[in-house]
Amino acid sequence: MNVGVAELKTGSNSCVLASFGLGSCVAVAMFDPFRKIAGLAHVMLPDSRGKKPAEGVTGKFADVAIPTLVEELVQIGARRNRLRCKIVGGAQMFEIPGAHKRETSLNAGPPAQIGARNIEAVKNELEKLRIPLIGEDTGGNYGRTVKFDSSTGSLEVSSINHGRTVI
Amino acid sequence: MTPKESGGSLSAIQIDALREVGNIGAGNAAIALSQMVDKKVDLSVPKASLQPLVCIPELVGGPETPVAGIYLNIAGDCTGSILLLLEKESADSLAALMVTKEMDAGEGLSVVKRSALQETGSILSGAYLSALGQLTGLLFRPSVPGFAMDMAGAIMDYVLVDLGATEENVLVVETDFTVSGVKILGHLILFPDLGTLATILQRLGVPLE
Repeated sequence: MNVGVAELKTGSNSCVLASFGLGSCVAVAMFDPFRKIAGLAHVMLPDSRGKKPAEGVTGKFADVAIPTLVEELVQIGARRNRLRCKIVGGAQMFEIPGAHKRETSLNAGPPAQIGARNIEAVKNELEKLRIPLIGEDTGGNYGRTVKFDSSTGSLEVSSINHGRTVI
Repeated sequence: MTPKESGGSLSAIQIDALREVGNIGAGNAAIALSQMVDKKVDLSVPKASLQPLVCIPELVGGPETPVAGIYLNIAGDCTGSILLLLEKESADSLAALMVTKEMDAGEGLSVVKRSALQETGSILSGAYLSALGQLTGLLFRPSVPGFAMDMAGAIMDYVLVDLGATEENVLVVETDFTVSGVKILGHLILFPDLGTLATILQRLGVPLE
């Protein structure tokens, strides 16, 4: 199952959830290892600022995506206290010296740092909900693709110039 | 009605005006490129549309396709961004036209070649925006270009966030160009901020209601 930008999907029965070409976005992979139930959110921005995301893009903001992911996993049979999490992405793709700051930007601030801010927001949210973060491959300046196997909880990370790893 | 709200419903005549913007901007950029590489450069008919940014990687073969992206912010009377996107092979071929073997014998995209491509992006964007400035009487000031060679999806991620991404759709004015005799296909994409789109449309004589 492909999880596109700002999407959030869950599944069981040895399904594979994938997100292709993550840049500053963060893939949040959560699972219950005993029930073999997994979910993946493709987080784009740190903070929804109270704005409810539209249907189909519940993975867009870190502060909404993570509680939603927990809720949906529990709904399909995962045990709340067994949930584990791995995160991938949050790169800084471009370095533009003196790039101007847009007033129109949501979450205004230099977009160059959005990757780092996404990682931070995701970690804060996980801590708040007391979900253990058991693996991560974040930061850097390169894109990543992730494939998350619900039956094993293994997360395969591949990139063009930095090879392939499994976390 | 704010431009953002009306962004979802541009009229046919407004879309036509934006395509003309693409035509004139990219036309000027093509002349610049043609002079740089001393070859004929052909342009496609420009496309202007509001579309989900997640669809942009499809232009170059999907989110995992390796591409070179040269990206600039636009400041001035109107804000937005310009992205020059080249598939990896096209990026290699274009760099090879500008960087001789004596200058750089390295395989793949060396620092010198990256720098040449970055400069190309800068020159093309400058030509594009100066034509746009003459057409509208507005000031468009390009930033220093950023360069990335990576998955198309990862590059678009950044652009999406940079554009504010308050909406699920962005306005895309896209022109493809080919360089004759060499296998080079490039995509020159203008992303006007929806917030300042009204200013451009006003000057083009097709104001938002």
